[in-house]
Amino acid sequence: MTNHWRDIRNADLILINGANPAEAHPVGFQWMLRAKLDRGAKIIHADPRFTRTSAVADTHLRIRTGSDVAYFGGLINYVLQNELYHKDYVQYATNAAFVVKDSYQFKDGLFNGYDPQKRVYDATSWAYETGPDGFAKTDIQNPRSVLNLMREHYRRYTPDMVARITGIPQDQFLQVAKLVGEMGRPDKVMTIVYAVGLTHHTTGVQLIRSGAVLQLLLGNIGRPGGGMNAERGHANIQGNTDHAISWDILPGYLRVPAPGQHNLTDYVTQSASKKLQPTSLNFFGDNYRKFMVSLMKAWYGEKAVSANEYAFDYLPKPASNASWLSIFDQALRGKMEGLMLSGMTATSIGPDSNQVLQALSKLKWLCVMDAFATTSSEFWRAPGVDPKSVQTEVLMLPATHWIEKDGSFTNSGRWAQWKEQVLPPQGEARHDHWILAEVFQRVRDLYQQQDGKFPEPVLALTFPYADPRRPTLDEIAKEINGYDLTTGKRLATFAGLKDDGSTSAGDWIYTGHYPETGNLTKRRDGIQNPAKNDPTGMGFYPGWAWSWPLNRRVLYNRASADAQGRPWDPQRPGIRWDPTAAKWVGDVPDYPPTADPTKPGAPLPFIMTGEGTGRLFSNGVADGPFPEHYEPVESPIDNPLHPSVSATPVAFLYDKAAGRDNRFGTSADYPYVATSYRLTEHEHYITQQVEHLVQLQPEPFVEIPAELAKEKGIKNGDKVRVSSKRGKLEVRAVVTKRLGALQIDGKKVYQIGIPIHWGFVGINTGQHWLANALTPFVGDASSRTPEFKAFLVNLEKM
Amino acid sequence: MVEITPGRAYGFFTDTSVCIGCKACEVACKEWNQLPGNEPVFGDGFDNTGSLDSQNWRHVKFIDNVADETMQAGDGKAWLMMSDVCKHCKHASCLEVCPTGALIRTEFDTVYIQPDVCNGCRDCIAACPYGVIGLDEHSNVAQKCTLCYDRLQGGMEPACAKACPTQSIQFGPVDELRAKASQRLDDLHGQGIAQAQLYGADDSVYGGLNAFFLLMDKPEAYHLPNAANAVLPSRNNARGYLATAVTAVLAVIGGLVALRRRREPVREPVPEPVRKQPEGGE
Repeated sequence: MTNHWRDIRNADLILINGANPAEAHPVGFQWMLRAKLDRGAKIIHADPRFTRTSAVADTHLRIRTGSDVAYFGGLINYVLQNELYHKDYVQYATNAAFVVKDSYQFKDGLFNGYDPQKRVYDATSWAYETGPDGFAKTDIQNPRSVLNLMREHYRRYTPDMVARITGIPQDQFLQVAKLVGEMGRPDKVMTIVYAVGLTHHTTGVQLIRSGAVLQLLLGNIGRPGGGMNAERGHANIQGNTDHAISWDILPGYLRVPAPGQHNLTDYVTQSASKKLQPTSLNFFGDNYRKFMVSLMKAWYGEKAVSANEYAFDYLPKPASNASWLSIFDQALRGKMEGLMLSGMTATSIGPDSNQVLQALSKLKWLCVMDAFATTSSEFWRAPGVDPKSVQTEVLMLPATHWIEKDGSFTNSGRWAQWKEQVLPPQGEARHDHWILAEVFQRVRDLYQQQDGKFPEPVLALTFPYADPRRPTLDEIAKEINGYDLTTGKRLATFAGLKDDGSTSAGDWIYTGHYPETGNLTKRRDGIQNPAKNDPTGMGFYPGWAWSWPLNRRVLYNRASADAQGRPWDPQRPGIRWDPTAAKWVGDVPDYPPTADPTKPGAPLPFIMTGEGTGRLFSNGVADGPFPEHYEPVESPIDNPLHPSVSATPVAFLYDKAAGRDNRFGTSADYPYVATSYRLTEHEHYITQQVEHLVQLQPEPFVEIPAELAKEKGIKNGDKVRVSSKRGKLEVRAVVTKRLGALQIDGKKVYQIGIPIHWGFVGINTGQHWLANALTPFVGDASSRTPEFKAFLVNLEKM
Repeated sequence: MVEITPGRAYGFFTDTSVCIGCKACEVACKEWNQLPGNEPVFGDGFDNTGSLDSQNWRHVKFIDNVADETMQAGDGKAWLMMSDVCKHCKHASCLEVCPTGALIRTEFDTVYIQPDVCNGCRDCIAACPYGVIGLDEHSNVAQKCTLCYDRLQGGMEPACAKACPTQSIQFGPVDELRAKASQRLDDLHGQGIAQAQLYGADDSVYGGLNAFFLLMDKPEAYHLPNAANAVLPSRNNARGYLATAVTAVLAVIGGLVALRRRREPVREPVPEPVRKQPEGGE
């Protein structure tokens, strides 16, 4: 989230797309209801299904799954055409005035720089025109200014086109557009809330970017009650992301080194953003080297010295990506020997689970660390798998449940909150990090005894814990925070990090969470005394836990005030310049704390980008500088905008590349659009072990539109078979009008809903196929996140 | 934090307009009250609990009136969700019929079944107009919501209200809850949601409910008795008394007739009935 949960209560309008917070985030959802109840905010829920969120929203729009770029694109067009955008904000805080090179082009569904053989774009071909000083030219009147190119790009997203793609009738779209358009006023603010309903598409990154672009145009990024807010999928997925669970980043969103980078300078030059305006602070880009050197000091300690580029050679420079899909693709190709799973069950969570089961069968060994038996630790007894044919040795290591350990959770709003251990570990269970520490020690012993091809990265790694086989999470938290290595004191801010090897930080964005004064994530100055603990009244509660970076509650909050430092909306200030005190007051400023905005040369508002502004146009993504609607890989129609380039041209097609059979279906055989999702009663797959929750949702089912059910003679509770090109589910039907037909480009299209929670392990699950047996093995071009949320199926009564 | 003082009336205001059907109340109730729950059984996909009973002291009802439309207002009125619970009626049918005195009104003005006094006769189950009470098959005592009597005694709000993420379930002194409910109703009416109404906040049903509701449709839509139908078992008393009196009169007449007949000559004996009557029968 750019903002945080409690802040949603400050909004006037709440757009919910690709999310179902009432069911998936019922506790956080209270703040949407508070906005509605306390300030009369409107909630607009665009979703394929009428859900428990829609039930309390002001408006539900039935939208075809995966078409939200067209919806947001239509809103962008409406806002531009009707001049409803926040002009002062756009001029001051976005790159609208930047002039783009004339090589930029978008034609028939393709941007310039496309390589059809490799199916990739050269993203550097989307660039600004620069002057002799190396800075980008700005002229908002220029026909090639970002704003004008944008007008041109989104001109095609008319209400009629929106209706053809999304299924939302024009008049209904325009009713919503009118409300959204009002949010460009300085005294109004809108938030966009999303979840994996946007990310789980081959266009996932652009789906989210299209919302962010709309928010920048309306002047809603950086403001309390505004922002682009991702609801994360479990208690600590934000923490996981911050600490590099994703394949393309190191801790703190530093990029994974790439082949050809021979030294730190190569790495920094190719990874860090460049300063594109004289008054751009370019904080991230300019400090990239400090953060990276401090990270390597945390990892390699005294072995990381200037002479060896701070052990840069020790870091892998992978030539191929290690995304989830790629891991299982490698296993399918027989190129993987073993796999360790922790905190998840690969069998259930991946797309095309029948293919995943094959991949697991090709491993020599599979090690599962979990508190319970999972569909992975017992994958050999999945329906359709012959246990005799599986040679994989499966090791089950009992791991502690989160309730059996302390440590912090980082929530969607970036608050790291420490929790205590509630129960002692049961039986032989060990913490996951103890298991990994033990494995590491033994591997290191083997390297010491037997040498190896490249032992240094393993032998030189620091392991500075009192008991190296049992590190405490408190020790690890301190290591993440980082030290001034000269004094041995923990740092209070990442501003103190250096690139000369005198500081360390395991994750620079967390530097300051555990200074010498103590672990700030344990703080609990909350609503027991709002007057004292929330001095601004804006709900920041700075003494509650700690949020990265630097306990800032709203990211980009410099943009909550105008160029002179006055809040756009004095009723809802984020930060403001106090000329008497000569400093910024309010939230922790996302800006130099004493930089006087009224002086010439004051830094631009977005300190993390090279532009110094928010990016309406960006070359930071793999599939285009402006979000464009592409059909899901399996779709009932050709893209009405450009039928010849219907789906994204840059999705990596694993099966094709590996020479495996095509596993994508067409609407001739699979006429219905399906989407997968969670229910409020379960948490992924783990709660199949919890009796009270199994009682609430005992059996798998699919939701079927009443009209389609009538055509097929299906009644509520009947058994049905739902099949895709890849697999099938045989479950009960829940017949409902909450799902219904849409008119998509002149064609009647039904959508079917598939909850994901069941399988073949649990106290009441029986032998069920996995919902992901249906989903396609393909992902987003930038993130490789699989397309779980839009695919084609057939439906039969059994 | 609500201050809980014996001698004051406490209850729930369940505002269905903000219920999101998450069932946290159901689970929190079972966890606190150590109710194992029933065997899992598929209901209709969203409501698999089915009804209030000995194991379910909170039950979220789902009433689906959603139309097949591409755009509609949810507003809490299309897909009705209501966390149902014992109403802790002022005129409580269960309390009235209990033959053992197991059912009592507590110092918090709630209706409570004392498990050690209950003899499992089920009269209360039959009497409750809301189908709230069930018989626990292991202990053979009648069970229902206690309004977390033990928590109240410890100064804590009931588990369901504590767990409710949207404040759909609010706990407090009944008079304060009624004021809040009335304000909320005014707000909804002000927003043009005319069908919003309070249920049990006044004395029109069972003398008033300590656990009352804000509904987004008429009570019948939630399968609740409306004011006209909400009457106590004792409504049968007048008719019952009359019937008893008539029976008594007939018995006297019958007795007199029988006495007269004893003096009449004995007729031919009637054949033995086929079925053997136990001794002392008739």
